[in-house]
Amino acid sequence: MDTSVVTGTQEKVWGGGNEPLKASYGKLMMWFFIVSDALTFSGFLAAYGFSRFKFIDSWPIADEVFTHVPFLHGQELPMIYVAFMTFILIMSSVTMVLAVDAGHNMNKTKVTWYMFLTIIGGVIFVGSQAWEWATFIKGDYGAVQTKGGNILQFGEYVDKDGEQVFKRVSVADFAIVGEKERVQDNRKSGIWYRSESTIPNYNVDEVYAGLEANSNILVRTQIINEEGEKTVLSREESLKSIKENGKTVVEGANLVANEYGTALFADFFFFITGFHGFHVLSGVLLNIIIFFNVILGTYERRGSYEMVEKVGLYWHFVDLVWVFVFTFFYLV
Amino acid sequence: MVHAHKLEIFRGLIKFKSNTQKIWGVLILLSIVTAVEVVLGIYKPASLMNVVLGMKLLNWIFIILTIVKAYYITWDFMHMRDETPGLRRAVVWTAVFLISYLIFILLQEGGYVFDVYSDEYIKRDF
Repeated sequence: MDTSVVTGTQEKVWGGGNEPLKASYGKLMMWFFIVSDALTFSGFLAAYGFSRFKFIDSWPIADEVFTHVPFLHGQELPMIYVAFMTFILIMSSVTMVLAVDAGHNMNKTKVTWYMFLTIIGGVIFVGSQAWEWATFIKGDYGAVQTKGGNILQFGEYVDKDGEQVFKRVSVADFAIVGEKERVQDNRKSGIWYRSESTIPNYNVDEVYAGLEANSNILVRTQIINEEGEKTVLSREESLKSIKENGKTVVEGANLVANEYGTALFADFFFFITGFHGFHVLSGVLLNIIIFFNVILGTYERRGSYEMVEKVGLYWHFVDLVWVFVFTFFYLV
Repeated sequence: MVHAHKLEIFRGLIKFKSNTQKIWGVLILLSIVTAVEVVLGIYKPASLMNVVLGMKLLNWIFIILTIVKAYYITWDFMHMRDETPGLRRAVVWTAVFLISYLIFILLQEGGYVFDVYSDEYIKRDF
């Protein structure tokens, strides 16, 4: 049968045994997985961009939301902690690529150490993100949500270096707490099939009473003015807006409402950083598997550390995504 | 199995002696870019606040610096520089084309919805 195809010998382009991209199957598939995952992430980020353009004049200002650094209570340090997280992730990318490089030189000790450092970097990052989430969910000042779903925040003008600066005031600091109308409806205390979510610590009447008693406190709306700052209402408008439109007090953030602004802001924050954090977590798990394989000498016997390279591609991709999340959530 | 790496960045302006040295060089570059972003983000210079092509100049700078960082992560950490042109184009062109398309459509639509909210008879300030 002289029509049959002989594989693995002379390179006929379509005869098989030909590697036009000069990359192994596994590496190629990792690249194409990364392309599809990149499209998923850009879908999320583009949807974030859509919502932001939709509410371009009232989106929360990231610098006012992410201001906390662990162990430094009460100080406003925007960006510092996220910059630290970014640096940790870039650093763990560097140790990863050093592990890949050591793998090319078949240096088992070095690969082991660099993989270990990469895993540590990943763990620090996921831990930091958990802390970010906890701080974001807890909130710091509290706000009032109106009937139309808008957020009204509180603050006062203070002198800072001879300039009038608007300083936020926490609801807890001025609300005059009255008698509680009711307690949370639980399954154990009421009808067995009915319950509700946590009741806010304050209600709108208590906030209004506090606002009336403190003549220095003003309301700030979501609308961004021409100077790029949120609009502060006059004293009369402040009282009027809370009395007429105030519906509930919001403290911190969940998927339904948050004290920082439009509900979509928190939704996208949880979804995008959560999806990215899940990627980091699975990356750490993959790195741990590879780490133990390196220690056991699996790749030494195989004669190639290409698995380190493949998991490295994934790890760098996670770093790559974070670079974009960092820009679009914290900078722009 | 020792791979040959291309050891120059900036089109040959900076050449490194070994792959390890190149990795540290790229780290320094990425750290500088991140530091610039953070400093600009904290101080927000007033001179960069004017609007160019529908967005603040500062935001354009952030986006360009991000793409610069993405380029060096992909090219040097993921070794895209050492892959064949075919593989590089299959990955990069596909992603860049689809992502630009998606961003254009969604941002265009978002701007339109904003106009509907602000110009039509929809009440939101309550």
